[in-house]
Amino acid sequence: MKILIADDNNTDRLILKRILTNCGYEVIAAVDGLEAVEFFNDSMPDLVLLDAMMPNMDGYEAAIEIKKATGDRLVPIIFLTSLQEASALAHCLEVGGDDFLTKPYNKIILEAKIKAFERMKLLHDEVREQRNEIQLYNDHMIHEQEVAKRLFDNIAHSGNLNQPNIKHLLSPMSIFNGDLLLVARTPSDMTHIMLGDFTGHGLPAAIGALPVADIFYGMTSKGFSIVDIVTEINKRLSNILPVGVFCCATICEINYRDDSIISWSGGLPDGYIARADEGIIDNIKSNHLPLGVLAPNNFSVETEMRQFSPNDKLYLFSDGLLEAEAPDGSMFGEERLKSVINSYEDASVNVYDDLLKAVADYTQSDKQTDDYTLIEYTIDDLNHNIDTAEDFSDEERQESMEWCFDYDFRPSTLRQFDPLPLVLQILNECSGLKDYRGRVFTVLAELFTNALDHGVLGLDSNMKKSAEGFAKFYLAKKDALDLLEDGFIKIRMEHLPDNESKGGALHIRIQNSGDGFDYSQLKAADNSFSGRGLALVQSLCKSMEYSDNGKQVDVIFDWDYS
Amino acid sequence: MAINTTEDNGKLIIKIDGRFDFSIHQEFRNAYEGAKSTPKEYEVDMRTTSYLDSSALGMLLLLRDFAGGNNAKISIINTSPDVRKILTISNFEQLFTVS
Repeated sequence: MKILIADDNNTDRLILKRILTNCGYEVIAAVDGLEAVEFFNDSMPDLVLLDAMMPNMDGYEAAIEIKKATGDRLVPIIFLTSLQEASALAHCLEVGGDDFLTKPYNKIILEAKIKAFERMKLLHDEVREQRNEIQLYNDHMIHEQEVAKRLFDNIAHSGNLNQPNIKHLLSPMSIFNGDLLLVARTPSDMTHIMLGDFTGHGLPAAIGALPVADIFYGMTSKGFSIVDIVTEINKRLSNILPVGVFCCATICEINYRDDSIISWSGGLPDGYIARADEGIIDNIKSNHLPLGVLAPNNFSVETEMRQFSPNDKLYLFSDGLLEAEAPDGSMFGEERLKSVINSYEDASVNVYDDLLKAVADYTQSDKQTDDYTLIEYTIDDLNHNIDTAEDFSDEERQESMEWCFDYDFRPSTLRQFDPLPLVLQILNECSGLKDYRGRVFTVLAELFTNALDHGVLGLDSNMKKSAEGFAKFYLAKKDALDLLEDGFIKIRMEHLPDNESKGGALHIRIQNSGDGFDYSQLKAADNSFSGRGLALVQSLCKSMEYSDNGKQVDVIFDWDYS
Repeated sequence: MAINTTEDNGKLIIKIDGRFDFSIHQEFRNAYEGAKSTPKEYEVDMRTTSYLDSSALGMLLLLRDFAGGNNAKISIINTSPDVRKILTISNFEQLFTVS
């Protein structure tokens, strides 16, 4: 240990130096305050002994300078003084001294004090070192979290969140509380929305979000229904998540061609559907266990279907919204939320902004500290436009090929899953036509649905003419599918390139095993809940022809490299 | 102590006082892992539980897993309307006997 001593009295200084050297300390000796400050800066001693009264600069002033130079290191200063008055001794401590010794000093007490300060210094250094280490870890962690947050946002919050008919608030803490908001469109221009909330906080909550977003976007872009998506997400999560970690979620499919919302909800608070001039007309209730709780073989997907009207608004949110706390600890709650959403009975009201404001007023906090996720989805006529949804790729053009294939779907397939995404995969093999997959999917989906609903299952399309009937139709379809034992749907797709191989014609024939149905009635039903589909197919294809009493339909879809 | 554990004729009763959240995670685990003999059934008494968050739901699933998963016999009793609502939203009635 290095000790700086300063005393203008030569004898005193030499004696002090001798004592300390004999104790094993390294000693630096200064003759006044000025020299003491200079030596201090040069040699950074661990302890300072200062005579109070010295020429040039006295001990008090030197102490102030030395304390300034030490920063956050602890360098104890002990005053050596022959002064006896209390006020002079107190002054030693006021200027930053840590202790004082009155002259003539006692060697044993001097040694004991130095030892005591040595211990204190060691402790201080240790604490300081630990603090610096924690600081370093903390900086490091914050940096990692920032990187992780960017990654998380890129994966979990990409997609079509920025559509003009969507307003949303993502908890700024979302990576740490596990909130997730995903929006994507299917090839046939349905919109899929998922709001998820993982249990727990921090990294474990964020990690599960990655496979969920992956499955959601991947399967949506391939045209899978939310039933398949929910099943797959639950399977993956139940495989990878430890027991006790799960994902509360609501997933909706918004279908503009039959004006329906299909939803599945597990573990999240009720979502709401509000209608212009009416307010809340329906709620999306959680009727399942959260995702990742049940093993795949115990998991069943029961969805609900509802009819919507233009300008209906869908609200989904995480429980953080209901649990937003006022300063007294009480929670925002369902009733306050419902009363804000109900204000949509006046269609000119901006419900979303009012809701954010109501929560902020209630919690008396600024929006930055909000810890919830919310989405408002407005049913919007603009979303019908299918042509703009295509994403033309710049891949090299290949010669257009001639091919043909047949699919024959039997009851077990029709019951269990939607075969269209698989059929669509073949189009990826035909470059050029790949860019039209959205339109082809739409055509296939419409014709396949008609073949199944009105052909194989023999359901009456008249049922769909009212909102109540529509819901009944949906249930009747489920029952009929469960009971289906015989029947088939055959899809034949034949592709003929044009003369210059710049495009071609896709001939699609769909046959069903039903007793036939009145397809003209499907077409005629203009402006009803069904029927828009066939008009759309007709507008997308060069020709459409039903034959054999509705048991067969042929369409020709022309395309070229545009 | 937020958690009080008693054994009664093969039944392990875990009583939770106050907020049931992550702060009592270890204590809750100790309550069932520390049982002297293997209980035949479990009872989580929430008479004095004021609040339940999602990590508590996770802890209940851990207990269920510990107690044998689908074969576990666990009842959650004396739930207040608030607590009941949280269990209902998550559809935990499918996994536990709630009253």
